[in-house]
Amino acid sequence: MRATRGQFRVVVVGGAALALVLAACGGGEEDGDGGEGGGDEELSGTVSFIGSWSGDEQDSFLAMVAPWEEETGVTVEYTGTRDLSQQLTTGIASGNLPDIAGLPGPGPMNDWYGQGALQPLDFVDFDTYSGATPEGFADLGMSEDGTLIGVFTKAAVKGLIYYNTAVWTAEPPATWADLETAAGGLATGETAQWCVGLESGATSGWPATDWIEDIVLRQAGPDVYDQWVAGELAWSAPEITAAFETFGSVLENSYGGSDYIVNTAFGRGANPMFEDPPGCVLHHQASFITDFFVNEAGATPEQFDFFPFPDIDPQYTGGVTGGGDLIGMFNDTPEARSLIEYLLTPEAQQIWVERGGFISANSGVPLDVYPDETSMRSAEILQNAQTFRFDGSDNMPAAMSDAFNRAMVAFAQNPGDLDSILAGLDETQTDAYAAD
Amino acid sequence: MLVDLFENRLALALIVVLGVPAVLVLYIVAVEALLTRVSRRVSAAVRPWLWLAPALGFLGVFLVYPTLATIYRSFQNRRGDAFSGLENYVWFFTRSDTLIALRNNVLWVLLLPLLVVALGLGIAVLVDRVRYEVVVKSVVFLPMAISFVAAGVIWRLMYDLNPNTGTLNAALDLVNGPRVAWLSTSPINNLMLILVGVWMFTGLAMVILSAGLKGISAELLEAARIDGANEREVFRFVILPLLAPTIAVVATTVIIFALKTFDIVYVMTNGNFETDVIANTMYKELFANGQQGRAAAVAVVLLLATVPVMILNVKRFKQQEEVR
Repeated sequence: MRATRGQFRVVVVGGAALALVLAACGGGEEDGDGGEGGGDEELSGTVSFIGSWSGDEQDSFLAMVAPWEEETGVTVEYTGTRDLSQQLTTGIASGNLPDIAGLPGPGPMNDWYGQGALQPLDFVDFDTYSGATPEGFADLGMSEDGTLIGVFTKAAVKGLIYYNTAVWTAEPPATWADLETAAGGLATGETAQWCVGLESGATSGWPATDWIEDIVLRQAGPDVYDQWVAGELAWSAPEITAAFETFGSVLENSYGGSDYIVNTAFGRGANPMFEDPPGCVLHHQASFITDFFVNEAGATPEQFDFFPFPDIDPQYTGGVTGGGDLIGMFNDTPEARSLIEYLLTPEAQQIWVERGGFISANSGVPLDVYPDETSMRSAEILQNAQTFRFDGSDNMPAAMSDAFNRAMVAFAQNPGDLDSILAGLDETQTDAYAAD
Repeated sequence: MLVDLFENRLALALIVVLGVPAVLVLYIVAVEALLTRVSRRVSAAVRPWLWLAPALGFLGVFLVYPTLATIYRSFQNRRGDAFSGLENYVWFFTRSDTLIALRNNVLWVLLLPLLVVALGLGIAVLVDRVRYEVVVKSVVFLPMAISFVAAGVIWRLMYDLNPNTGTLNAALDLVNGPRVAWLSTSPINNLMLILVGVWMFTGLAMVILSAGLKGISAELLEAARIDGANEREVFRFVILPLLAPTIAVVATTVIIFALKTFDIVYVMTNGNFETDVIANTMYKELFANGQQGRAAAVAVVLLLATVPVMILNVKRFKQQEEVR
């Protein structure tokens, strides 16, 4: 039922967007001076695109570019991969690169720009782009020398706390202390406070890195967060140690104990929340997790809801962590330029928003086109954020981020080893941030 | 032109499959034509080298050059623009996680061949005496047809903590035993990973050993029995010594696999929970961390570890040649 309505809407909006694009370009084609894509020459051929979207997301992406393809006559050759980072590292080494690619994060983006592989996006109108996104968001796509090299289309809000609506009936807690009291009251007998699942193949541990990031931002503030992500603050510093300890108390009150936590896939981690009696009260994850609630746990959309991660220290109120799918250009062709410009338009993004599972950071996409409550409220949180910070681990050098993931698995298994785990991370930090 | 060829894969495949042999044949014909023009003494001395040249060329480009380049690279820094001396090797031999990987590889090299040969030999000897031999051998050999990644996925489900998915824990539930987190409990998780390798390789070992067994003449065994040897003595003093070269072949193959084992670990634990192995360390350094110098150093360590096995192998080949 929902799907049919969604498809109908896509057709309508897709048509509308197509009409818009056609209207914008129509005149150009007749007198032969090209479209709005920035180049003077006619566009033709193909644009290769490697992204991390597969399945439904891939379908939605293709639906989003369809009007552009129809307008320009250029075909988008999309390849989805589970591992962008490795795919692109290999591609750079061999010189076999797509025209446009999703980038795993600002860290690798800067490395690849430094190596000359990523091309500057100087044709993008930066003021329009950054004016439509939350404070500081567009800057995340800047290289160290101030060139725009990556742009965001799809955004994600992390650090949402989901609950089973039949169990948690209170108002969203204002502070972390309130949350602990309320969750502690609901966790009785079979029911634990939290559900945590960290298994995720080659990147096992990442759900817990999100936890640490959310805690650091709200417990120690954005300045400490920035220093820590930039490698200027040691892992064994009191602020970071305290964040691990806060997370340690979450793990202590989690469903199934350490064996469950480290062996359970992140997508299935929250399944016990919907069991009878519920295995846990709360689950911390980014907005995408609702798909898993429905498909893995068999929950209906009425059975869950979320509130934002509450403030821990009141002086750092309004922090939001999130992420986004950065897009960069490896081959500077008129077709690639045109496609990137198209993807940044609110009209293009709205196509995917309507299909579901897409949160746009672009305030030009109206909130009322979101197909469901969760994504609409996520978009609202994103657009109203006072302090927005990009997912810290994605911003660290690859070696640091990998060690962070592994450290979280080790910590969840043996919280008593905290000191040696942090010492190990310090060692990787000195090494990973070094110039060579 | 070259780019066009790469895009038209069918044409490329045809050229490679038909063109390369054709060029080689032409080369040999040309060499022979040239050799008829020189004196017999010269041609006899030069001919082997000219015949060998293409093979040596390929060997040089695809084997010797990469090996030398890797060794050279292992003494360079991360970007490969300056020498860093032994730094990469110092890193490898001082980090606790790489040392754990080294320890685990030792475990793999000891346990995998031992279990594979013991099981393969046991099955080969036992099924040799029954009528349904072919059925048993087919079943045991079946896992060889599965890729290591697929085997890793299958066994991850077998070992799953949740008894609704994990067969092993479902079995434990049946007898009211405690559930075991097979993949995250060190040190048994290493054994669990090795057992996946055993599952994959026992079939191969069994088939080769079984073939060796059939090669032992029945008269010899009968003579031993008539001389009063019981079945255990026949196995210990006749079959085992005669099978020794075959066992050595199987063991060497498995040892080399154990040294470079990667897929199973990558898929099942990705080296977490103290199960890392050297090949996974190399992969991680190269592709995840962009540390090409370190990855090269790890590759060199791996290469050095295989050298003794290779030397033994070559020695054995020579002995066999002498016997012939």
